[in-house]
Amino acid sequence: MSDQNDAKGSGISRRSFLKISALTTSAPLILGPTVLEVAGEEVQVFGPGKVPVTLNVNGQRLTANLEPRVTLLDALREEFEVTGPKRVCDRGLCGACTVLMDNKTVYSCSLLAIEAQGKKIVTTDGLAPDNQLHPVSAAFVDNDAQQCGFCTPGFVMATKAFLDKHPNATREEIHKGLGGNFCRCGTYAGIKGAVAQLSKGNQLRGARPVPGKTDAPDSAIASNGHPRKGGA
Amino acid sequence: MPNYQWPDVGKRKVIGKRMSRVDGPAKSSGRAKYTYDIVRPNMLYADSVKCPYAHAKVTKIDTSEAEKMPGVAAVIQVHYPEDKANGEVFWAGTDIVAVAAVDEPTARDAVRAIKVEYQQLPHLVLDFKEPDLAEAQNSEWYKVASKETSGDPVSAFQQCDVTHQGHYGSPVITHCCLETHGSIAEWPDSDHLLLHISTQNVPGIGGDVGKALDLPAANVRVQQQHVGGGFGSKLGLDPWGIIAGQLSKKTGKPVKMMLDRKPELEMAGCRPSAYARVKVGAKRDGTLLAWESYSWGSGGPGGGGSPPLPYVWKIPNQQKQHVSVVNNIGPARAWRAPNHPQACVLTMCALDDLAAKLNMDTFDFVKKNIDLLDPRSKIYSEELDVADKLMGWKARWHPRGDKTVGPVKRGLGLALHTWGGGGHDSNCDLSIHPDGSVEVKLGTQDIGTGTRTSILQVAADTLGLRVADINLLIGDSDYPRDSASGGSSTIGGVSSATLKAAIDARDELFAKVAPALNAQPGELESVDGRVRVSASPNRSVSWKEACSKLGAQTITKRGSHQRNQDVDLTNSGVGGVQMADVSVDTETGIVKINKMVGVQDCGLIISPEQAESQVLGALIMGVSYALYEEKIMDQTTGVMLNSNMDTYRLAGLGDVGELVVHLMTGPGYDERGVIGIGEPPTVSPGAAISNAVANAIGVRVPYLPMTPDRVLEALEKSEGEGGRA
Repeated sequence: MSDQNDAKGSGISRRSFLKISALTTSAPLILGPTVLEVAGEEVQVFGPGKVPVTLNVNGQRLTANLEPRVTLLDALREEFEVTGPKRVCDRGLCGACTVLMDNKTVYSCSLLAIEAQGKKIVTTDGLAPDNQLHPVSAAFVDNDAQQCGFCTPGFVMATKAFLDKHPNATREEIHKGLGGNFCRCGTYAGIKGAVAQLSKGNQLRGARPVPGKTDAPDSAIASNGHPRKGGA
Repeated sequence: MPNYQWPDVGKRKVIGKRMSRVDGPAKSSGRAKYTYDIVRPNMLYADSVKCPYAHAKVTKIDTSEAEKMPGVAAVIQVHYPEDKANGEVFWAGTDIVAVAAVDEPTARDAVRAIKVEYQQLPHLVLDFKEPDLAEAQNSEWYKVASKETSGDPVSAFQQCDVTHQGHYGSPVITHCCLETHGSIAEWPDSDHLLLHISTQNVPGIGGDVGKALDLPAANVRVQQQHVGGGFGSKLGLDPWGIIAGQLSKKTGKPVKMMLDRKPELEMAGCRPSAYARVKVGAKRDGTLLAWESYSWGSGGPGGGGSPPLPYVWKIPNQQKQHVSVVNNIGPARAWRAPNHPQACVLTMCALDDLAAKLNMDTFDFVKKNIDLLDPRSKIYSEELDVADKLMGWKARWHPRGDKTVGPVKRGLGLALHTWGGGGHDSNCDLSIHPDGSVEVKLGTQDIGTGTRTSILQVAADTLGLRVADINLLIGDSDYPRDSASGGSSTIGGVSSATLKAAIDARDELFAKVAPALNAQPGELESVDGRVRVSASPNRSVSWKEACSKLGAQTITKRGSHQRNQDVDLTNSGVGGVQMADVSVDTETGIVKINKMVGVQDCGLIISPEQAESQVLGALIMGVSYALYEEKIMDQTTGVMLNSNMDTYRLAGLGDVGELVVHLMTGPGYDERGVIGIGEPPTVSPGAAISNAVANAIGVRVPYLPMTPDRVLEALEKSEGEGGRA
C-alpha cells in the first residue's frame, strides 16, 4: 500500500533550506541541517545531535528538537502527543501507524521525522473536527469494525486513501488495497462492511456528530435467526 | 429482597437490541487513549538488556559506561549473578538490566553500552518430537503429566470393526497483541504508585505489582481506558510493570516501559503446543467405541498445558497419557480458551479420519454418536442443522478427495466445541441524581469485547432510559471492585451486578415517586423515559420530574455478583458448531478459505452486534492459526526466528473468505441467562479447516499451520504410499 514518494518535492526548496540552515547554525546549541556537496549534488546533513524539526500535522505547524534518527511515528506520538497512529511492529509490516503524507498513505514508523518536513501529514486525529466523525470512521462504527481498536486508526487511514482512489472498488482491489494492515481481534468482516457501505455512494454523506453514546435504533433487528454475513 | 430477573423477551427495550458499540467513535477517530499513548510531563523511557540465550547463567554485569551517559537517569539490575534464584535465565529475552533515560534513543544507547557476560547452559526449545516414554521418566525436559484409563479400551478396540491411528498437532503460537505489554508508572508521593498498564485485570494487577514492590495493594491505583488486545496474555504480573515501578521510584519521575514487537513475540505470552498419536475405533455402523492417545506439548519452563482429551466426546472406553515438555521458550499464558483449540484439533481430526475410513459423512457420524456429546447433545444437534443450512453441507459434501479435474480441490470440514463462562465477581455502583442524570461505576475493563456497551444496555433497559442518558465509568481500580477479564466471565459478572444495582436504585426511586402518582411503588414501571403506573400508563411523570422528588438526595445502590451464584442471571457451559469450506491448490499447496460458518450458543444475548463480532473475530483468528501462525524456534541458537509480523504472519483481510455467524436464541437458550462468548468460537476453526483440507485433497495434513510446504509434503507422502485416499 505504501505509495511513499522519495525525498524530492518536499515543498521546501533547497534555497530555503540553506536559509534555514544558516539561521539555525547561528544558534549554537541545536544545529540545523548543513548542506554538503556530494558527487556534484547538494545533500542535507542532519545531526548527529538534535536538530530542529518542523512538521505540518493535521493543519498545525509543530516544532521540536529531535535526533535525526527519530521516526515520524515516534515524533508524532511522543513529542506531539498525536496518538492516533500506533506503534505495533515498528518495521513497516502491519499498517497500524498509517498516516497520509501529501495525500498518500505511508507507514510513519518507516520514515524519519526529518524526511517528513515540508509535507502535509494527516492522521485519524485530524480527519474530522473534534466532536465529529469522518464518514470513514463513522462507517467503521456502523459496521462494528473495531474491537480492541488498536489497528483501527491505521485501517481508517488506509481505507480513506484507498476509497479516494477506488470509489467503487472490486473485491480483489479491496483485498489488495487493504492488505497492508493487520488486525488481531479479527474485525475484517466489519471493515469490509464499512468499505461496502462507503462504496455505494454513501461516502458523500456528511460527517455526523460523535454520538457519545449511540442509541439503540427504534427499528432494532432482533438477533433471532438473522445470520450476520461478513462478506467475502 | 427484590426478585432479580432478566425481563421477558417481549419487554426488552434495549437489552438484546442491535447498537453500535459506545466506544466505537473514540476508537475509529483515533481519540481513544491506550496505555501506550500516555505521555506524562518529565516522563522517562525505559529499556532493558535482554539475555540472548535460551538457558544461561549471568556471570558478570558492567553498567558503568551506561551510568555515565548524559540523559541516563537510572540503571537497575533485575537479574543478579550472585543470586541463585534469579541468576539463571530460562528463556531468551529475559530482562537482565533496565535503564531509564530522557528519551527512547538514549535508553537504547544505554542498553547497548551495558556489558553482560553469561555462562551458557544446555537448552531445549523444540517440542515436536514424540518423547520416548522410558526416556521421559528420567529426563528433566519431560514430565508425565497424566495417565488415565476408563472403561475397557483393550477389549473395546477388539470389538471395533474399523480403527484408525494418526498423528496430529498444533504448534506453539503467540498472542501477538497489537498493543505490546507495558506500563507507565508514577509515584504521586513516596507511598503511592499510580500505574497506567495495558491489562485485562484493572482490579487485580495493582495488588500483584504492589506485592512485588513491597507496597500494600491499597496504595496502588491502576487506570486504563482501552487495551490493545490481551487474549489471555495480560491477566497477571509481568516483570515490566515492576521494573517501571522501580525505575520511577528511583528517579522520582514517571517511567514508560512498553515492549518492542520482538520481545512481545518472544516472551509476552504463547499458547502451548499439543501433539498426539491417536487411535480411535468404531463399529461398522459408526458407533464410536474406543479412544487411545499419547499426547505431549510445551509452553516453556512451566511445561505445556493439558488438553482435555478426547475433546467434547464421552467415548466409553479410553486410555490416555500426556507428557509435558519442559523447555526454554518464553512461558505460556492463557490463550483464548486455554487447551481447547489444541484438544479440538487432536480429537476432531482423528474422528474425521475415522469417519472417512468408515465411508461416512462426518456430519452423519456426529449425529450417529450424538448421545456421546452429553450434556449438550441437543444443542449440538440443533446447531448442526443450522450450520448445514448456512453452509449447504448436505447438498455439497463429497467423500474424501475432490474428484473434479484440475489442480484446485474443494472440501468441507466441521468441528464442535464447548466452553465454561459463568460470571466473575463483580460490583456495580449506580447513582440516580435529583437532576435525572445517572451514573454507573464498575472497576472493570473493556478488552474490546463490548463490555461498556453491554453494561449500558442493561442499565438503560432496567431504568427505561436510553443508553445516551447514562454516564459509565470503568477502567479504574478505585471504582467498585470487579475481576479480571478472563475465561469469558466478564459479561456474566458485570451484567448481573449492573442489573441488581439498577433494579435497587429504580425501586427506591419508585418509592419516592409513588405518592405523587397515587400508587404503590410496586405498581410502577419505568419505560421510555417516563415513570408510570403499569395498569394505567396515562398516570405518569417524566424521568426528570420523578428524580426531582429525591430533593437533595442522590440514590446510590451497589449491585454485587459472586461467581456461581444467581444461576438464573448468568450461566456456564456452551456448545458451538463450525464448518469450513476451503480450496486447496495441489500444485502450490496454498489453502484458501471460501467460507466459514460459526453457530454458537451463549444463552441470553445482551449485545447481539458485539456478540456476533466476537464470533466473527474468533473465526478470523482461527483461520490465522490454522493456516499461518507458528512460533518457530531454532535449537542451535535457542532463539525465536520469526519475531516480527512479516515472518510471524497473521491472516489478512483477503485471507478469511465469507464469514457467516448464527447465534442460537429463543426457547432453550435465552432462559439459561447470560453466558460469555469471547473464547468458545476460537476453538473449532483449526480442526474444521484441517478437516476441510483433508476432504478436499484426500489426505490429512497432520499439523497446523497448514502452510504450503506441509500441504505438499502430505500430498507427496500419500502419492508415495500408492495414491490419494
